[in-house]
Amino acid sequence: MSQRGRDQRGRDQGDQNTRLLNPLVAAGIGWATLVALVLVGLFGLWGAPPDKVQGDAQRLMYLHVPTAWLAYLAFFVTAVASALYLWPRTRARVWDRLAGVSAEVGVIFTALTLVLGSLWGRAVWGVWWAWDARLVTTAVLFFLYLGYLALRRVSGDPATGAKRNAIAALIAFIDVPIVHFSVNWWRTLHQQATVFNPALNPEIHGVMAATLWLGVLAFTLLYVFLVDRRYRLAALEDGLDDRELDRAIAARVGEVQTTGVS
Amino acid sequence: MSLAGEVMLVAGKDLRIEARARVTVSQVLPFGAIVLLLFAFALDPDRGRLAAVAPGLFWVAVLLAALLAIGRSFGIEQQNGARDGLRLSGIDGAAVFLGKTVAIGVQLLALEVVLGLGVAALYGVDVTSVPVLILAGLAATAGLAATGTLFGVLAAGLRTRETLLPLLLLPVITPVMLGATRAFESGLGGDASQAWPWIALLGLFAVLYLSVGVLAFGPLWEDT
Amino acid sequence: MSVAKTPVGGVSEACWAVVPLVRLRSVVCLLGRFPALAGVDLDVARGEIVLLTGPNGAGKTTLLRVLAGLLPVHRGEVEVLGQDLTIDRRAHRRGLGLVGHDTACYDDLTTRENLAFAARASGRDAANADVALERLGLTAQAGVTHGRLSAGQRRRLAIAVALCRDPQLLLLDEPHAGLDAAGRVLLDEIVAGAPGEGRTVLLASHELDLTRPLATREVAVVGGRASVLAARSVPDAPAEIPEPAK
Repeated sequence: MSQRGRDQRGRDQGDQNTRLLNPLVAAGIGWATLVALVLVGLFGLWGAPPDKVQGDAQRLMYLHVPTAWLAYLAFFVTAVASALYLWPRTRARVWDRLAGVSAEVGVIFTALTLVLGSLWGRAVWGVWWAWDARLVTTAVLFFLYLGYLALRRVSGDPATGAKRNAIAALIAFIDVPIVHFSVNWWRTLHQQATVFNPALNPEIHGVMAATLWLGVLAFTLLYVFLVDRRYRLAALEDGLDDRELDRAIAARVGEVQTTGVS
Repeated sequence: MSLAGEVMLVAGKDLRIEARARVTVSQVLPFGAIVLLLFAFALDPDRGRLAAVAPGLFWVAVLLAALLAIGRSFGIEQQNGARDGLRLSGIDGAAVFLGKTVAIGVQLLALEVVLGLGVAALYGVDVTSVPVLILAGLAATAGLAATGTLFGVLAAGLRTRETLLPLLLLPVITPVMLGATRAFESGLGGDASQAWPWIALLGLFAVLYLSVGVLAFGPLWEDT
Repeated sequence: MSVAKTPVGGVSEACWAVVPLVRLRSVVCLLGRFPALAGVDLDVARGEIVLLTGPNGAGKTTLLRVLAGLLPVHRGEVEVLGQDLTIDRRAHRRGLGLVGHDTACYDDLTTRENLAFAARASGRDAANADVALERLGLTAQAGVTHGRLSAGQRRRLAIAVALCRDPQLLLLDEPHAGLDAAGRVLLDEIVAGAPGEGRTVLLASHELDLTRPLATREVAVVGGRASVLAARSVPDAPAEIPEPAK
């Protein structure tokens, strides 16, 4: 009973642990990320051959595809962590923090995807923006999670705020397939694929495919590294808040003693 | 009391307040109408563009008006701590959700009828299929009212609710905007048979978010 | 006192004799990041009239809102009407009435409509509304919208709203504020008669001259903590309660 009362904010679960990963593992991932990114740079710029049709512009793919993949992975992690927070047996602040942190990284990767896609589009199609289904879906995704992050920023009480955020994350997540489906449908019904002419699509093989996979690996490592760092910051901030709270409670109790009642 | 009874009680209360205060009729509706008029200024009515884009303009106007109606629906619960009273009554969160959704939906339907007549008169559109318009309108309104109520309560207790509500709601209802606009294009001068997949999508969206609301509204209503 | 009230949540009647109606242990409640309650212990038995005193900002309102299940507790144990509020803050609500600082009514509904809605939403008969209207002397204002009521009439309406829910536990937060002399007499009658109607009362007030004679017990709330100042078993006995220490 008293245990249940104490656990109301999930305060006691996993709070001593302000790290997501073992520090050694985190450091290893940090170095691996650096090496992988350098390799992607080398292979992407010089190792892989230029595309037959698109030329050097196609090299943006080695960044664009991995960032897009990471954005989706990040939002998936947010949804899973939010579900774990809502499930009473697994409710812990770890999941709330992880959901928020992953969404932050995801929004940054989504923005990067849009910028890279726009640059690529300018080079290949001659326009900064095309009403392509994938582009539109990604843009909606960006705003969907921007709203989620805005909601996170204005929470009042930590426990009720965390529950609200988790519900909002799931509401946003179930919208993603519907948005994707409807946008896809819209573009294919009304406009035959003019920009996505199959002949223009790069043929991927050999070194190009390897570089792309290396890019995916490098950005996945980067994602894990960023989430781990950002998580630690969030956990330490929460710890600071908790300490301030304990101090405030102690001060409030002290108020009684100084007034002489009790 | 049964769930249906509680739903009707909450919806009846909201609609009775609207019948008395007439905020939707006297403020939200004129707002929607002026938005339609402003679109005509922006798009030069002489070039015949208006009839082509009328479905999109109509739904944008409805959407902007819906934001006000949703804000109002939760605004009345902020009066005199009325929300605490409703919570204290022990009424089920799902009943409050469905009741508020029904009340918002009824107001939106009334708004759509009037704005729809306005569009027909101002933009000069041809109606090819009335059933398409009615079904698409009903399905889109149900989805809009359900998501609106859900995000309305999500933002209700927060300091920045007025600005947060549009940011949260608009991306989520992209499919509704898309589906309703396409279906209306088919029903207004287009090929009516192309509307049915979009109406199915709108129906699916409405059912999905009504279910989510029934499950999620209670905790949000209690805790925010 | 009628013990025949249906217990909330199906707790058997035998339990009621031993389980206090309200039981708080080391309750900490946060408003944002401010600990409005910083460790409250309190037991209230069935049929008591407990007076909560204390300076502004002491936590009286927060305490009543916690008991109503409107605020979650941060730590500690809360049991009201046999329900553990740390698990479920809703189940006990149909057994209580709260008169807070606001009326919890809608400005555009009339007095009767507001009351009838409150009664029906609480699962009670709409006829309760008319009984409460008459009891609080609001019959003449039955058709007046809430927005046009005076402060004193609103206070009467707030009390009527709580009563039309036929509560076992009546939580009154500064109920005298804004009431005229006749209203105060009415309120005193309602409080004094509550145990006879099977109601238990928690009353937060600064009007000690009016409320002390009614109370069976006085509890001082200071700095988010509660301490019992005095207890009497007979409500009608003359007041012999010490002044709260400064």
